[in-house]
Amino acid sequence: MSTSTAFDRARAEDRAALVGYLPAGFPTVEGSIEALRAMVDAGCDVIEIGLPYSDPVMDGPTIQAAAQQALEGGVRTGDVLRVVEAVAATGTPTLVMTYWNPVERYGVEAFARDLSAAGGAGLITPDITPDYGQQWIAAADEHDLDKVFLIAPSSTDERIAMTTAACRGFVYATAVMGVTGARTTTSELAGPLVARAKAATSLPIGVGLGVSNGAQAAELASYADGVIVGSAFVRAVQEHAGDLAAGTRALSALTEDLAHGVRAGRGAVRA
Amino acid sequence: MTYDADQLGWFGHEGAFGGRFMPEALIAALDELDTEWRKALADETFTHEFDRMLREYAGVPSMLYDATRLSERVGARILLKREDLNHTGAHKIRNVLGQALLTRRMGKRRVIAETGAGQHGVATATAAAYLGLDCTVYMGKVDTERQALNVARMQLLGAEVIAVDTGSATLKDAINEAFRDWVANVDHTAYLFGTAAGPHPFPSLVLSFVRGIGDESRRQCLDLTGRLPDAVAACVGGGSNAIGMFAGFLDDRDVALYGFEAGGDGVDTGRHAATIFAGSVGVLHGSRTYVLQDDDGQTVESHSISAGLDYPGVGPQHSHLSASGRASYLPVTDAEAMAAMRVLAETEGIIPAIESAHAVAGAMRLAEERQGQTILVSLSGRGDKDMGTALDWFHLGTADDGTAGDDQ
Repeated sequence: MSTSTAFDRARAEDRAALVGYLPAGFPTVEGSIEALRAMVDAGCDVIEIGLPYSDPVMDGPTIQAAAQQALEGGVRTGDVLRVVEAVAATGTPTLVMTYWNPVERYGVEAFARDLSAAGGAGLITPDITPDYGQQWIAAADEHDLDKVFLIAPSSTDERIAMTTAACRGFVYATAVMGVTGARTTTSELAGPLVARAKAATSLPIGVGLGVSNGAQAAELASYADGVIVGSAFVRAVQEHAGDLAAGTRALSALTEDLAHGVRAGRGAVRA
Repeated sequence: MTYDADQLGWFGHEGAFGGRFMPEALIAALDELDTEWRKALADETFTHEFDRMLREYAGVPSMLYDATRLSERVGARILLKREDLNHTGAHKIRNVLGQALLTRRMGKRRVIAETGAGQHGVATATAAAYLGLDCTVYMGKVDTERQALNVARMQLLGAEVIAVDTGSATLKDAINEAFRDWVANVDHTAYLFGTAAGPHPFPSLVLSFVRGIGDESRRQCLDLTGRLPDAVAACVGGGSNAIGMFAGFLDDRDVALYGFEAGGDGVDTGRHAATIFAGSVGVLHGSRTYVLQDDDGQTVESHSISAGLDYPGVGPQHSHLSASGRASYLPVTDAEAMAAMRVLAETEGIIPAIESAHAVAGAMRLAEERQGQTILVSLSGRGDKDMGTALDWFHLGTADDGTAGDDQ
């Protein structure tokens, strides 16, 4: 199921969509399924499942540590697809966010086929751009999958046009010129970037990198179609290491706060 | 046949090796670098200044040395390209002077770098001091411990050294961390990549600054011997000294090219860094190339006694040279390299870096089948930094007590 269904519903309710991220296998494979389902139950509109990778150049220390923990726990690419299947079964559009090499190693065509069979919506690909992603684009189109490429404040208008034209589902705008990780305020770079993206495409624009609470989510939701949250969810689990039930409660509480935020941003509820 | 990259950075054919597998946030910086680098190479003001810096500051061209005692011992004529005599003790000064000069030309004030053995870090800190740029160097924590003297050198040169303790805490993790810094600070910071790997244009850009190794060697060899060498040997980690050396001979079909990778404890033990010989094609640090990886595409830790070769990837142009058959890549174990280090020290009075000792060991092996032929070796660095390793390996450092001569 394409993520566009979730964005369409949010748009109909005059609010932004909440996109939540956790790596598969963190804290364990079963634990990540439980955690992600709690995020769905508490109000995430779209789920991003991270495929843990040994060399995550785009991730900050929080997510890198979680991915490393997952790898040390023995998570395999097949496990990631199993987590996708379990989460997608809730009916919530479920994407995989992955660095490119694990997909290439699995086989691009085989990965697209198996992701589709697991009910996955598509891929977010942080380290390939459309000009180097022809193989993935072809496989995604063949298997009716979303292709979510990233745009950045440093992207030229020409590249924003090229990138958004290659996307399906939504466009992922990285709002700070940095790596993933919680910030105290959302970036002033996000607004202009979203405006430039909207000038180029009618696809929804999700903004990532930096949001960790409902107030920040509300601020972003006033102009973005999707609020993407990763590190804050990872931290909620890390802060309750060894106690998944407490971690899951923290995830639910954070999700509710953020879900409130994405509604407050457009005045759909009082902030 | 061309061995250069196309406009998108592909070696071989589109999609084969190289390319640019990078976050969009860095594409503008890579495009800017690509444009400015091409302009600089076409600008005589830049190239003359680069040549002047190499000549007056770095001690380049390095000499080509006819290693007659070693030659006598192995039965082939061994010529050593003495990059170990360059300022800072390795070929890497060429690359960093080029990139630092380019940084200044681009109006940026800060450079960052990753380093394995510390050679590239020291070279970068040197170039930054020389050109008045701020400098931050990322180094795996494991490497900072085994190369503490190089950490001190960088600090004395005014650089900030950051120990990276994520992942395997070695070179690849330092590269990840440097990319992260670059994403966050790209407006005023240049990334001085240390080897001819990474995303386009780095493999070609680095080659353009280090190819003097091969171009000079070719000329010097003709001057010295009247003909080209029969074979050329260089060590390969990321592969910058090797690609710089090979570049001088790619079109000389009769000159055999050999890259010697770190065989560690032996390729069959799994503890090695023989990326081309024993790895498989994947994507690492921005380019498609040979990678040491598991069945899921996770990078496998490499192992080598030499920090500078301890890298699970390799420059994409080497992958292309291997796949096309133009160059051969073979492993040299820790033990072979250390033995060669000792042989060179004892026969020629030259203590090579352990990295370069892999090339010497490879050349000694080649000499067995190439008796009487001429073998050109890239002696890419000197061994001062490796004396701690040598001390442990050979159990050195305890002087005789003065009675040894009386034992008979």
